[in-house]
Amino acid sequence: MPAFTPPPLPSDDKRWKIVNGTMRKNGFARHALIETLHTVQSSFGYLDDDAIRFVARSLRVPLSQAYGVVTFYHYFSLKPPGKHTVTVCAGTACYIKGADQLIEAAEKRLGIAQGQTTKDGNISLMTARCVGACSRAPVVLCDGEVAGEASGEQVLEQLERWTVE
Amino acid sequence: MTIEELEQIAESVRLENAKYDYEVHVCMDLACASQGADRLRDDLVKAAEASGKKVLVRRTGCMGPCSSGPLVRVDPEETLYAHVNAKHAEAIVSSLGGKPVPELQCDLNDHFEKQVRVVLENAGHIDPEKIDEYIACDGYKALMIALMEMTPNGVIHRITESRLRGRGGGGYPTGLKWSTVAKASGDQKYVVCNGDEGDPGAFMDRSVMEGDPHRVIEGMAIAAYAVGASKGFIYVRAEYPVAVARLTTAIREARRRGLLGSNIGGTTFSFDVEIRLGAGAFVCGEETALLASIEGRRGTPKPRPPYPAVSGLWGKPTLINNVETYANIAPIVRNGGKWFADMGSERSKGTKVFALTGKIKNTGLVEVPMGIKLREIIEEIGGGVPDGHTFKAVQTGGPSGGCIPAEMLDVGVSYDALMAMGSIMGSGGMIVMDDTSCMVNVARFFIEFCMTESCGKCIPCRAGTAQLHTLLTRICNGTATMDDLELVEDLCSTVKEASLCGLGQTAPNPVLSTLKYFRNEYIEHIVNKRCPAGVCAMKSQVEVPA
Repeated sequence: MPAFTPPPLPSDDKRWKIVNGTMRKNGFARHALIETLHTVQSSFGYLDDDAIRFVARSLRVPLSQAYGVVTFYHYFSLKPPGKHTVTVCAGTACYIKGADQLIEAAEKRLGIAQGQTTKDGNISLMTARCVGACSRAPVVLCDGEVAGEASGEQVLEQLERWTVE
Repeated sequence: MTIEELEQIAESVRLENAKYDYEVHVCMDLACASQGADRLRDDLVKAAEASGKKVLVRRTGCMGPCSSGPLVRVDPEETLYAHVNAKHAEAIVSSLGGKPVPELQCDLNDHFEKQVRVVLENAGHIDPEKIDEYIACDGYKALMIALMEMTPNGVIHRITESRLRGRGGGGYPTGLKWSTVAKASGDQKYVVCNGDEGDPGAFMDRSVMEGDPHRVIEGMAIAAYAVGASKGFIYVRAEYPVAVARLTTAIREARRRGLLGSNIGGTTFSFDVEIRLGAGAFVCGEETALLASIEGRRGTPKPRPPYPAVSGLWGKPTLINNVETYANIAPIVRNGGKWFADMGSERSKGTKVFALTGKIKNTGLVEVPMGIKLREIIEEIGGGVPDGHTFKAVQTGGPSGGCIPAEMLDVGVSYDALMAMGSIMGSGGMIVMDDTSCMVNVARFFIEFCMTESCGKCIPCRAGTAQLHTLLTRICNGTATMDDLELVEDLCSTVKEASLCGLGQTAPNPVLSTLKYFRNEYIEHIVNKRCPAGVCAMKSQVEVPA
């Protein structure tokens, strides 16, 4: 049987080299699927069809299996994120301290539901299962920056700043 | 690396520290970091340099009382400062050698008095990114003792003697699990650390991995020696980027010091660890699902037996323990099994770390001996419910646990006692609720969580949690009947009995425990269309179908 040759990189975008690096580090083993998808998402911000195809072919994983993994895990996103992301933690401690009101306020202001991005691609509104900062509940992440004991006004102010930009 | 070499490293750290007159520790855990602990540390360093005093500024892991953060502790006086920010840096440095800064001092004696620190002994004292500081606190000594002076069976015997039980929530005797893996035949065995802390409201494991990562690695290495494994995986949530970074650094440092890799300590024992990232699936906390995820597949559980101890990763015998379980190993090996078994209650030994959150004055991480009363944790260590509200319930065990009412607070914390109350120990989240929380709504919240997180493999869990969610939503918005309540109870027992894995089997617990202790709230919603806590919005009577 001829030795397996991994498929060529989808484009000369340098980020594919990083993705390839993860697979090479793992000897192109099938079990590196999730690790590789993490690298794709951290490099490109999300997973598109081309990326999933490329990874599946490189690791010799059936496309159905790769797609199954992508859609199973909440962390992976098939849609590009907005320029900014506000993530409201919806863990128990945050919920007890009124995280649902924060989500509601943000949904109303942006006119989108949680998990969606505004039409202009500016702001994504996400919820998290728990970021582990429960002692400062309710917690909001603005572009990854943790803000504890957040209030509705604070969230709206932040959204305002992003909208004006 | 030998015990003598470890001693030499420890000695050089002590000599280095002795060059300073004062040590200023800055808590850099998530809660403090989110309030500017980074800048605070930078400003402390600058102020220290400008003052000409011999001050060592050290970043540390979680000190515990997060609600008082950002926290700073000055040694050797052990003065604890609360709510510190960058503009206080100069005042703190100029106070060194004199009187402490009065406006920053805090009195948390009640908070600390009843705590016993085993797992968290180094947290708040060492820089988590410096292996030598861990070594200076007896780090890796237990591993060397095990390798040089003990047989694998001797190690297992010591763990068995300690009567340590799994800290992930199940409470399975750790020694027994280890000996099963040790006895399993196979040339290749694996050791896995479950750091997929999916319980919302729990962050003990994150703090341990971030604040004292070498403790976890040392525990895993000892376990690998005991069961005969040469390869380990730490499965960490991707939502914990700092923990991943700290563990990556720790593994690299341990390899550099020859504490991971081939022929550790000049013996024939070889062991190395890799990190695997979770991807946001609560079910991956279940051991067979976690193993599937490490193998790069969807995290769906498998029926047991065979248990992972016999057939785990890639079909090989695999030992899986939780972060906190591994964190207990080194002190047990160093101090003996009896030392550990002397702490705690009759059937639950040692200490347990809890993440105390919700409607409570002192939120944060606490470590208490098993057997301590819930009331002591909540009222004394936690400082009680603030703002004049009254305590209603404490939720333990996350989505698999239950709500414990005020009248049960005098029960001592142990695996069995919590189980008897309809809750579970779980990984250690403790969420306090006051009179402004609606118990039906809380039950609905957890069922919604389990519904979303159900992997969909077995029907009782997949369909049952969805139906329970529909029924509970109806109760919450005042459109349910008493028949619906009966249906809820019936469905709970089906889901509990018939689900494949722990997720489904325990999913009804939040509903069952609130029904047991707060049934009147359910009835109030159904019969009087009223939410006693004022949380649930009732649909107007007109919309209610006849």
